[in-house]
Amino acid sequence: MSNVIHIEEEENELLAKVEEISGETVTLCEQCGICTTSCPMAEEMDFTPAGIMHAVKLGDKNVLDSKAIWICASCFTCTVRCPRGIDLAKVTEALRQIHLRKNKDHVNLEEVKEEEQEENLPPIALVSALRKFTG
Amino acid sequence: MEYGYYPGCTLKTHAKDFEKAAIEAYKKIGIELKELDKWYCCGTVYSLAKDNIIYKVASIRNLIKAQQQGFDKLVALCSMCYNTLRQAQEFMKEEENRVRINSFMDEEAKYEGIEVLHGLELLKEKFDEIKSNVEKPLGKKYAAYYGCTLLRPKSIAIDAYEKPNIMEKLIEALGGIAIEWPLKNECCGSYNIITNREAVVERTYHIIENARRNGAEAIVTSCPLCYFNLKDCQKDVKKHYAGFDEMPIYYFTELMCMAFGSKIDKCEDNKGELA
Repeated sequence: MSNVIHIEEEENELLAKVEEISGETVTLCEQCGICTTSCPMAEEMDFTPAGIMHAVKLGDKNVLDSKAIWICASCFTCTVRCPRGIDLAKVTEALRQIHLRKNKDHVNLEEVKEEEQEENLPPIALVSALRKFTG
Repeated sequence: MEYGYYPGCTLKTHAKDFEKAAIEAYKKIGIELKELDKWYCCGTVYSLAKDNIIYKVASIRNLIKAQQQGFDKLVALCSMCYNTLRQAQEFMKEEENRVRINSFMDEEAKYEGIEVLHGLELLKEKFDEIKSNVEKPLGKKYAAYYGCTLLRPKSIAIDAYEKPNIMEKLIEALGGIAIEWPLKNECCGSYNIITNREAVVERTYHIIENARRNGAEAIVTSCPLCYFNLKDCQKDVKKHYAGFDEMPIYYFTELMCMAFGSKIDKCEDNKGELA
C-alpha cells in the first residue's frame, strides 16, 4: 500500500532536533487536541498546535515551512493545559530556531523600522519580535 | 516600604503614564518604588530553547544589579519585563545553572538570589490603604485583562493562572465594578503586531467585544503591549467592522490615580498623557 507511513525512530531527524533544542519529549503527545482548542491563534494557522506535534512525531518536515510556527505568540496556554505536561511553546520555539540558526530571518528590520516610525509602537513590540524572528 | 524597581524600556518611552501613575499611587499607599541606578533591557521574551543560555544573561544581569543595590525584592510593572525577569529567577534557582552563569559572567558579582515581583502582587496586602485613599470612586464597569505574561508559565503566575482576580479586587477597592468574562487571560496576539497585524486586529475585536458583551465599559491591563494592541488597533477594527464602538483601555495604575483624586488624573480622557 502506498499510503502506509513507515516510522523509523533513527531516521526521524526532525524529532531528534526538536527534542534536543526544546528539551521536551514530543512523543508523549497523545493527540488529545486541548492545545488546539486552547490556542488563541489557531484560526490563523495552517498546522494546528496538535498538528505540529503530530508532524514532528512523524518527522514531516513540511511543518518547518508552515505559517503556524511564526504565528504562535508563545502565550503558553497550550503549555499550562497539556495533560501530558509537554511545553508546546518550547516545541514551536525549536522549530523556529531550526530556521533562525541557518541565518534565515523571518522579519526584515528595515521594513519594521518604517512601520515603527509611523505608528509609535512600544519598544517591547519591536524587541520581542526581533528576539523571536531573527537569529 | 521600599522596593527595588525595574522600569524597562517601554515605561520610559511609550508607557510613561503607566510609570508616573504607579509611582504616585503607590506612594499614597505606603510603597516606595526605588528605580535601580543601573539597568539594562530584560530581553523582553524569555528564551525557550534549552541550549540558548546567552539570551538569559541580560535578565540575570539586572537581577545582579538589584542585588548589588541591597534589594532582596525587585518589582516590575511591565508584564513582559516581569515575565522575563521572573523566569530568569526561576532558572537561577537550579544550582547547575547558577554555577554555570556565575562563572560565565565573572565580571559581575555572583548572583545569590532575589525575588522578582509584579506591581500588582504588592497590592495584595494593601487593600485597606487603597480603600482609605479613594476620593472619587470609579463607578464604571471594568474588565480586568491579564493577558499571558502575568500568569504563564505556571511557575511565574502572580495569581491563579486560569482564574486570577487580583485586578478585580483592585477595581472593586477603587469603587468600580469588576465584570466577569472568559477572555481575561487570553493572548492579544503579542508581537504578531509586527509580522501579522491582521491577526492582532482580529484578536482586538474579539477581546473587546467579549468584554463589552459581559458588561464592560473599559478594559484594564498591566502590559504595555496588550495596551497598544487593544488600544491602537481599534482604528483598524473600525475599518473592518462597521458600527464598532471604541472601548477605553487603562493601565491599572491610572485607575488608582483616578480614584485617589491624584493630580495626574488626566488619563481619564484616555489620551494617555499625564501632566
